[in-house]
Amino acid sequence: MLGPTIITSTIDKVVNWCRQYSFWPFPFGTACCAIELMAALAPDYDMARFGAERTSFTPRQADVLVVAGTITNKMAPALLRIYHQIPEPRWVIAMGACACSGGPFNTYSVVQGIDTLIPVDFYIPGCPPRPEGLIDAIVKLQKHIQSDTVLMAAG
Amino acid sequence: MSSENITVQKLRERFGERVLDVRTFRDEITVIVPREDIFAINQFLRDDPELRYDFLVDLCGVDNLGTDPRFMVVYHLYSFQRNERIRIKAGVPKDDCTIASMVPLWKGADWLEREAYDMYGIRFDGHPKLVRILNTDDFDGHPLRKDFPLRGERAAEEER
Repeated sequence: MLGPTIITSTIDKVVNWCRQYSFWPFPFGTACCAIELMAALAPDYDMARFGAERTSFTPRQADVLVVAGTITNKMAPALLRIYHQIPEPRWVIAMGACACSGGPFNTYSVVQGIDTLIPVDFYIPGCPPRPEGLIDAIVKLQKHIQSDTVLMAAG
Repeated sequence: MSSENITVQKLRERFGERVLDVRTFRDEITVIVPREDIFAINQFLRDDPELRYDFLVDLCGVDNLGTDPRFMVVYHLYSFQRNERIRIKAGVPKDDCTIASMVPLWKGADWLEREAYDMYGIRFDGHPKLVRILNTDDFDGHPLRKDFPLRGERAAEEER
């Protein structure tokens, strides 16, 4: 109904600035990639300087779902439930080969990529990806949030 | 053999020809026994005051497709007091795929037996709740059997 105006674009700027520089990740770490996720959060690579100060272990207070590790068929319903419990706006990062595509495990029990279950915004290749890889995804996520608008979110 | 391990000696004393085979590799001793006597043998190993194998380290199944009996259940026992280990194996045929449960002896056998059941289809008589543990509850088949296709039976059908 109402198009973008100077008011809404200012609101956009403020809201997006808040969201991108203070996103709280939900670390859905199941396997080895979780170790690299921890390394990225630790002092040496320090994801806190990008705003991920508080990793939320409850989906209700999280912004980004970082799936780090292999997702098995048995884990899939839990992943779906957690994803749906994160309030919008939410983003999903698939970290590592297993989350992106099942990785080396093309077997009877592994989900061949979480994008078969939930929409993914960013894929990080690697087995495991270096912490810099995760930080790269975080920075791209921040730029992506910059382009969001309050108008679209309401529609 | 005079230099034979005390465990093997006592087993032979007590169970005679039911000790089917004894194999040694470096310091490891493997005793192969029939599955009908496995409970009595494990109980003897656990309770005998000179042996005291009070810790069940591992319980697993093996699928030797093509041999008879097809499956093998392997028990690794350890004695804290004596710092001694031993491996007990019992063959389980495919048609009557059952063996006595060790849960009455060692509580740790509970989940280990559930895994052997889930992966091989070996049923453990006397297990309190023998249900799948690693695969989904509605999973069909026993994945670690050698004739189970890697990607699952549904995927194998689709490929055909």
